[in-house]
Amino acid sequence: MDLRSLIPLTYLIAAVTFVLGLKGLSGPKTAVNGNRIAAAGMLLAVAATFFDVEFQGYGATGLLVTAAGLVVGGAAGFTGARLVKMTAMPQMVALFNGAGGGAAALVSILELTRGLAGSGVTAGETITSMLGLMIGAVSFSGSAVAFGKLQGLITPRAFKYGGQQIVTSVLFGGMILLSLLLTASAAGAVALPQLLVMTGVAILALLFGVALVMPIGGADMPVVISLLNAFTGLAVAAAGFVLGNQLLIVAGTLVGASGTILTRLMSKAMNRSIGNVLFGAFGAAPAGGAEAGAAMRADDGRTVRSTTADDAATLLAYARNVIVVPGYGLAVAQAQHNVRELADLLESRGVNVVYAIHPVAGRMPGHMNVLLAEANVPYEKLMDMDAVNPEFPRADVALVIGANDVTNPAARSTKGSPIYGMPILDVDKAQQIIVIKRSMKPGFAGIDNDLYLDPKTQMLFGDAKEAVAKLVAGVKAA
Amino acid sequence: MTTEAIVGLYVFILAIFVGFEVISKVPSTLHTPLMSGANAIHGIIVIGAMLVSAAIGGPLGLALGFFAVVLGTANVVGGFVVTDRMLAMFKQKPGQRK
Repeated sequence: MDLRSLIPLTYLIAAVTFVLGLKGLSGPKTAVNGNRIAAAGMLLAVAATFFDVEFQGYGATGLLVTAAGLVVGGAAGFTGARLVKMTAMPQMVALFNGAGGGAAALVSILELTRGLAGSGVTAGETITSMLGLMIGAVSFSGSAVAFGKLQGLITPRAFKYGGQQIVTSVLFGGMILLSLLLTASAAGAVALPQLLVMTGVAILALLFGVALVMPIGGADMPVVISLLNAFTGLAVAAAGFVLGNQLLIVAGTLVGASGTILTRLMSKAMNRSIGNVLFGAFGAAPAGGAEAGAAMRADDGRTVRSTTADDAATLLAYARNVIVVPGYGLAVAQAQHNVRELADLLESRGVNVVYAIHPVAGRMPGHMNVLLAEANVPYEKLMDMDAVNPEFPRADVALVIGANDVTNPAARSTKGSPIYGMPILDVDKAQQIIVIKRSMKPGFAGIDNDLYLDPKTQMLFGDAKEAVAKLVAGVKAA
Repeated sequence: MTTEAIVGLYVFILAIFVGFEVISKVPSTLHTPLMSGANAIHGIIVIGAMLVSAAIGGPLGLALGFFAVVLGTANVVGGFVVTDRMLAMFKQKPGQRK
């Protein structure tokens, strides 16, 4: 028996490992193994491809190009993934996702070029190649913009300009029109410079990806990354159709379908629809919003009350129930170990401490769980929003560490607010509230937080790590 | 339609159902690792990149093939390693808990 006939079987095994991997990743106990099973399947599939007839037909050239690509790409991926800080995880995922989208676009380009130069291509093949190219390129440039926004290279605010929708629509329409023209040309209906048209489609798709993600605010980036992840999956599936490779179709479709579900789960956690995320321009704070807020403050006479670490520590030390509300500020300052130390210290004094985890606190769902787990905070101390909200009225102190939008009561009460309707943590129902924050600057949603004007609230300004360290010292002294 | 295209379509449609079913109930804690793991899985495009790596010769063709393999590999390796790092934080470290 020719060993090559085993390649499709190997691909089938890989496809099964991907299903098992995804299944495993959806449970806390099985997740680590799920990820490793899928990785093993991937390794198997790549190894088998070295024996593919087509690949071997390329001879030494193909081997050289592939080997060089595997080494360079592998080294880049490995070092990037090892070195990235836990806070920068979301943009790293965006980057790797963009890489996959770019690869899918290039594969479609190469295969279609080969077909056009060689024996000719059917309309079906051209259409699937165009889909692979367009979706892959949109995912590539969209992910690059998402990376830039999260990394702070470009403004995380929603980027708006006059005639934006027209520009975006023209880019989209032009991309579709050109790919239809190319399909007609490949079928022999019209004579066109095909490679030039294909390049045009690629450029328009890249621009469209940028135009699609630029107007979306940083707070929505997790949803966008998840959506682009599903896009890349579909681009890979399209490339699978072009190459007639079942494994690409299975794996790409699996990611496309599960990514769509995941995107819906995430946007539901923020009480927004996907359409609202893409076209709602959340995070485009009205011009002069801060000044307007300041004026409002003066009008109703409420002011922000600032406190010292010692006062706040005393409050904590003599409380019975404390709820810690972590947010992005904690992640940025890497304050999770200090927070754990503070919680241990309080518990040794008989204070009951739990953590309230908003589903989208930080920059990704589960961000806070990951960070606190790193500091060995026991899993059962982390309470979901639905479980913890009824506890707030009984909490003596709610300690908000670098969380903002997820605690904003405007989500419950202010109809006009961009975050109206988003489920929030009912921090304002606690007896006393201590907010650790670097400044009065609004959060990622770009709006002011009424919580800070609440008479029960005291602000402890400063870096989360330093502030918590001071609280630890204060509690020790109390 | 060719048999190959029909088979591909069968696989496509059935995989959609599997994809929907397989992650129906996920705790929000695992959303990010799951997204990252799925992200690594679409890195399977690397085998597609291998299969077209030298499909069109010439410096430009080979350069495009090379970049396709680089991007695909970065997606696979980076995706799985990042996911593993995220998940490592969920593991209990013996003796460090009360």
